[in-house]
Order: sequence, then structure tokens, then C-alpha cells
Amino acid sequence: MKLKLHIWRQDNAKTAGKMVSYDANHVSPDMSFLEMLDVLNQELITKGEDPVAFDHDCREGICGACSMVINGIPHGPQRATTTCQLHMRSFKDGDEVYIEPWRAEPFPVIKDLAVDRAALDRIIAAGGFISVGTGSPPDGNAIPISKEISDLAMDAAACIGCGACVAACPNGSAMLFTAAKVSHLNLLPQGEPEKDQRVINMVAQMDAEGFGNCTNYAECQAACPKEISIQFIAKMNRDLIRAKLREGNNAGSGKTGGA
Amino acid sequence: MTGVLSFYRTSIGKKVVMAVTGLIGVGFVIGHMLGNLQIYLGAEALNKYAAFLKSTGELLVVVRVVLLTAVILHIIAAVQLTIENRKSRPQRYVKKQHVESTFASRTMRYGGIILLLFIVYHILHFTIGKAPGGPQPFDVHNVYNNVVYGFQNIWVSLFYIVAMLSLGLHMAHGVWSLFQTLGLNNRRFNRLLRNAALGIGTLLFLGNISIPIAVLVGFLKPI
Repeated sequence: MKLKLHIWRQDNAKTAGKMVSYDANHVSPDMSFLEMLDVLNQELITKGEDPVAFDHDCREGICGACSMVINGIPHGPQRATTTCQLHMRSFKDGDEVYIEPWRAEPFPVIKDLAVDRAALDRIIAAGGFISVGTGSPPDGNAIPISKEISDLAMDAAACIGCGACVAACPNGSAMLFTAAKVSHLNLLPQGEPEKDQRVINMVAQMDAEGFGNCTNYAECQAACPKEISIQFIAKMNRDLIRAKLREGNNAGSGKTGGA
Repeated sequence: MTGVLSFYRTSIGKKVVMAVTGLIGVGFVIGHMLGNLQIYLGAEALNKYAAFLKSTGELLVVVRVVLLTAVILHIIAAVQLTIENRKSRPQRYVKKQHVESTFASRTMRYGGIILLLFIVYHILHFTIGKAPGGPQPFDVHNVYNNVVYGFQNIWVSLFYIVAMLSLGLHMAHGVWSLFQTLGLNNRRFNRLLRNAALGIGTLLFLGNISIPIAVLVGFLKPI
């Protein structure tokens, strides 16, 4: 089948970008979306033109590298799917396809469709450590965790950090990402001792990076390839409010004469 | 105090202010509509209720101060959050699709501006009696007649109906959203809260617009 592609081309974060149109004339419905771009790039290279830069790595939906907004939806029209697992059978002959990078101030464009998502890494780093004993491995099931809680923590931990939530959010907010990262440790006994500090520091880092605020549109959970629910955002809000209250409660502890 | 300020500085802190002041607003508009609907019990009932509210003295002042403070904080937080949100997406998408967000959620800012204009007009209209197109004659002690004369102006009534549509939409998202923001939501309550928000928004819209419509069709007449 044949497609008309409109792709965002931008040399680097300092230059202005623009949409450039390309004809993809040899598209098989069995190709993945990235393979379709690979074919386009081969043609561009043969013609001596600059190929389209885009992020990709595992190509099996688990690394979170592939980041493109396809026809206005991060990772394209198929729900719960990363771009690499989106197949061209989701499109039909003659379709026009708009391909743009994640757009957010904290995600500067490196080149074309590739953006710098280090801001998400810094949010994770701000979360700090968990208190576990190093040395010999702990006994299995030494720490009781209910099935429900472990499932819920696993749902949050499914986040691959792709940033589709930020790209989908009309406010460019990273609340779903941060909520998933806060929750998967805050739900578990292993994450319990640093629970309050974790949520306070990660939210502070999220704000410092310049991400927007949550207005509960829920576009993020629709775009999330791992279908992470905005219920985790409610949980993060709950954790932060409680942590801020307890922080006040503990103010002055360890000092003499504290209230 | 520094603790409160440091909380307000976080994105979630401002959202909590939006939610708490919003909750005060929700309580007020529901109570206000129930009060208004007494117009169907006749002029005497409504005027008696109005006189009772006036007779509460200091309590009325306290309520007005709380409401005014809530409105001002709601607006300040909304403006700050909106500015931050715009900054976070300087380069807009050439093509953007909405998948799951509701119409109500995407129109909160515009609805909010309509409601602010409405609140100013509404106070001039029925509390102070000095609004352009307002009821003639205006009698502080005859609220019933003020309402009927006021709504006989079709343009004023249309403005009220548009404002109430904005209110209904604002509530249809806001009531659910405030619980989500305060962290008082989970998988079990989500459907219930979504439906409650839609229900409250719809009832506020229908209940309030029934009054100008009843006046325009001649069901409510001056006494």
C-alpha cells in the first residue's frame, strides 16, 4: 500500500523544525511502523538525503525507546501498544500519516523525532534508595505481601518510562509517570521506610523539570502502552498530602526544644 | 506557615487548593439552587427564605467572606497552573487527537471565565439591583418579583442559561476531578464519582434554567 507521510524534521534543539512530506510507496501491512520508517530511511540514504532520526531499541514493546506521536496519538492509534509493535495493517492505502516527536519543554528535541528524556531519569533518581539488607539473599516470602498489593505494585512497575503520558497530556504533565514510579515502591513493605521522602522528592523534581500540572484529562492513561491507570495519580496525591502533613509533624524532631 | 507555602509551591499543592475551594463552590451552588427552587412554592415562601438569610447577620458575613476567598483562591491557583501548563508545551502538535478526555474537562478554563463574568453580573443583578437590563422596579424585600421581572428580559435569561450550561459542564468534570486530586479516589469509587459528577452537573443545569424558562413561558408571573 501507499502512504503520504508528514514527518517533523529538526536538526537540533536550537533550530526551528518543520513538517516535511514523503511518499511511502512500498508499505506492506505486515511491517511494523518502525520497519516502514527503516524502508523510508533506506530510500533517503540512497538518494543522498538525511535519514529521519528516531529512537528505537528492543522493538518488542518493553524498552520504551520508540517515541513518536502518530496522527496526534503517542504510539499511534492502537491502544496498549508501543510504536514498534504497531503494524501497518492499522492503516489503509492512501492514508496521510503525521509523525511528530514527544512535545514538552522538558523533552528537548535531539534530532527529528528523537527527544532527550533524561528529565524522567532525574525524577527516578530523586526517589532515592530503598532500605534492603545487602549480603546474602533474603529468605523467600520472609516479608508477607498480599496478592492484591503485589499485583497493584506490579501494575505500577509495568511503566517502561517511554514518556507517552507526557506527550499525550495537553498540559505536558509527567504525573502518570511519576505516580507509577512513586507507587510501585510506596505500595510495598520494602519501600515503606522512605515512603514520605520519596514522594516529596520525586514531585519536587517533577516540578523542577518544568512539567505541567495534572488537570485530570485522563489522556495519559489512554496513551500509556502499559495501560497504567490514573488511579495511581490519586494515590500519589494521597501519599504527598499525607507526607506533607507528617513532615510538619516531624519538624524539629532530633533537635532539643522541638514542638 | 512555611510548610503551607512549600506545599502550595508544589504542583499538587496548587491542585489541592483548586479542589478544596472547588468543593466549597459545589456545596454552595447546590444549596443555592435548592433555595432558588422555593420560587415554585410561591412568592411568600421565597421572600420569607430571603428575609431569613438576611436575618442571619454575622453568619451571612462569614459565609460571604468564605465564598469570596474561595473564589479568589480558585482563580489565582487556576491562573498559575494554566501559565505553567502553557510553558510546558511551547511547541504545539501539528495534529493532535483527544482519546479519553471529556468535552467538560477540556472546557474548564473557558467555562470558568464565563462563570466569573456571570457571578459579577448575577450579584449586580439580584443582590445589588444595579445591573444593566436588570429588573425594574428592584425591591430588596420582594425577591420573587425581582426574579420574575429580571427574567422577562430574554437576553438576560439567555445569558443565565448559557452560564448554567457552563456551570453544569464545570461540575460534570470538577466534582469527580476534585476527589481525584485530593487522592480520595480508587478503582472502586471511580465509576460512582464520575456518575455523581455528571448527575450533579445535569441537575444544577436543569434545576437552575427551569426558573428563567418558567418566567419566559409565563408560568411564573409577577404578584
